[in-house]
Amino acid sequence: MNAVTARRLNVAGLIITLLTVICAVLWAFPLYWGVVSSLKPEDEVIRPYIELWPDTLTFSHYVFALTETEIGRWYINSVVVALAVTFLTVGSSLLCGYAISQLHFPFRNALWWLILASFMVPLQTLIVNHFELVASLGLLNTWAGIVLPQLIHPVIIIVYKQFFDSVPKDFREAAVMDNASEWRILTRVYIPMNWGVTAALSIVCFIWAWNAFLWPFLAVTKTNMMTITVGITQVNDAFGLSYARQLAAAVLAGMPVALAYLIFQRRVTQAITLSAGIKG
Amino acid sequence: MLRNTRSEALVAFILIAPFVAIYGLVFIYPLVKLFIISFTDAPLIGDGTYVGVENYTRLVGDRKFNTSFWNTAYFVLLTVVPGTLVAFGIALGVNRLSGRIQALVLSLFFLPYILPVSVVYYIWDWTLNLQFGVAMHVFDLFGIPRVPVFKSTTWFMPAVAVVTIWWTAGFSILLFLAGLRAIPVEIYEAAALDNAGIWSAFRRITWPLMWPITALVLTIQLILQLKIFDQVYLFSIGGRVNDNLVMVYYIFQRAFQSDQGGRAAAIAVVLFFMVIIVSVLNFQLTRLSGGRNR
Repeated sequence: MNAVTARRLNVAGLIITLLTVICAVLWAFPLYWGVVSSLKPEDEVIRPYIELWPDTLTFSHYVFALTETEIGRWYINSVVVALAVTFLTVGSSLLCGYAISQLHFPFRNALWWLILASFMVPLQTLIVNHFELVASLGLLNTWAGIVLPQLIHPVIIIVYKQFFDSVPKDFREAAVMDNASEWRILTRVYIPMNWGVTAALSIVCFIWAWNAFLWPFLAVTKTNMMTITVGITQVNDAFGLSYARQLAAAVLAGMPVALAYLIFQRRVTQAITLSAGIKG
Repeated sequence: MLRNTRSEALVAFILIAPFVAIYGLVFIYPLVKLFIISFTDAPLIGDGTYVGVENYTRLVGDRKFNTSFWNTAYFVLLTVVPGTLVAFGIALGVNRLSGRIQALVLSLFFLPYILPVSVVYYIWDWTLNLQFGVAMHVFDLFGIPRVPVFKSTTWFMPAVAVVTIWWTAGFSILLFLAGLRAIPVEIYEAAALDNAGIWSAFRRITWPLMWPITALVLTIQLILQLKIFDQVYLFSIGGRVNDNLVMVYYIFQRAFQSDQGGRAAAIAVVLFFMVIIVSVLNFQLTRLSGGRNR
């Protein structure tokens, strides 16, 4: 390639690179602005000009949110609910995905098709029936009631099935030769081989559960049973008329998932690419 | 292999039991029930009497249903194609970066996707606050008159659409990036040897090779945005709710505020079929367009 084209490519490339970086900064700016505002004293928050860093840094809004509202209780609810959803969904999907992938049993194909088809069903259309079901079980305003309808994640089972399918048959045959039981084969051979997948799916499942809004919002009417995602939007008077306090509460609600993402970045993106790739 | 097929089936049934139990209880049973109660005048909780297709025929002249239907369609129009294009553009830019800078820039674009809807709501409610919002300072700077965006019928849906694109783009960006990384570098090198510029390389190589992914992202977005509720509900607080109705919101209103489970179920069934039709159509289209797209 000749020198002129090369230089033109470089200049164009540089401009695109710069634009991308600027766009990224602008893109994340509202997040930054929210966090910074939550660290300003109330009178600074409402100043009529843009101030990128507070004159006086204060954590008083966080202290207020943590001590004067039920946010601590909502945290516990969120942690319990999200962990339960993750554990139950990933656990049951792993076992079922293994059975469909490796074992022969009647109705296997029917079950597989049912799972694939359930992918298409919009769960939001089931809210009326979920409410009636959970109410008739007497589970409204309980952790179990918030958890139950959130256990439908066909993606996870589909990812597991594909991963178990891709394990070479030799492993299984060798284990069968050794007279290993089905449970041993699963726990000693297949699960260790797919730890990465299990970790990735567990993290995104936790994030989905933590972020769930519609169902936890419907299943709970008592303030002390709300998850944090719902709680901070439903109890306006808890924070008084203060933007900084509301933002501090929002930061507290988003913190666990933001941290989970920043720590497990690669796993999160891996799991999301996996689960979306399936859809094609 | 000589395995006892009977015991294998038994083991399999034990392994699938937890999943089947969960699915039966919270998926199959509610789904069947949805169709049944849509033909009754049931309240939110409890049984009703059979009323035939009355719940459905009433939707035709129902002003609120029309609002919710057209708002949903409008929202889909505002988010699906623009959101996909924005994500594609960002992915192209991010793909040119490398190493730590790429990881950092990708994080900046991706982070909103991880956040709960209520956090997104507070952040944007603050950013677009009529009196103190940072966006209004920017408006002032350019001499644009301030607008109470979430209180104005005209600006409500477009504003929620912008917030939604900002919130969900990270997901599509990831898919596009995975696709861009799968294109072999040799193709671009060969094109460069032929003196192809950035633009023609994009038009002749990137765009056609990325089309399957673009179609995938469009479908996922379409199905996702048809089911919109959370953002619309939150931003409507204190505003003109009935103007902002979308279909899931209307289901919620009928069931939980008017205590009309049967009528809510009928709306849910309509939405159900809309999503199923889109899914099936997409499946057939990708099939027809040749197995090449997997």
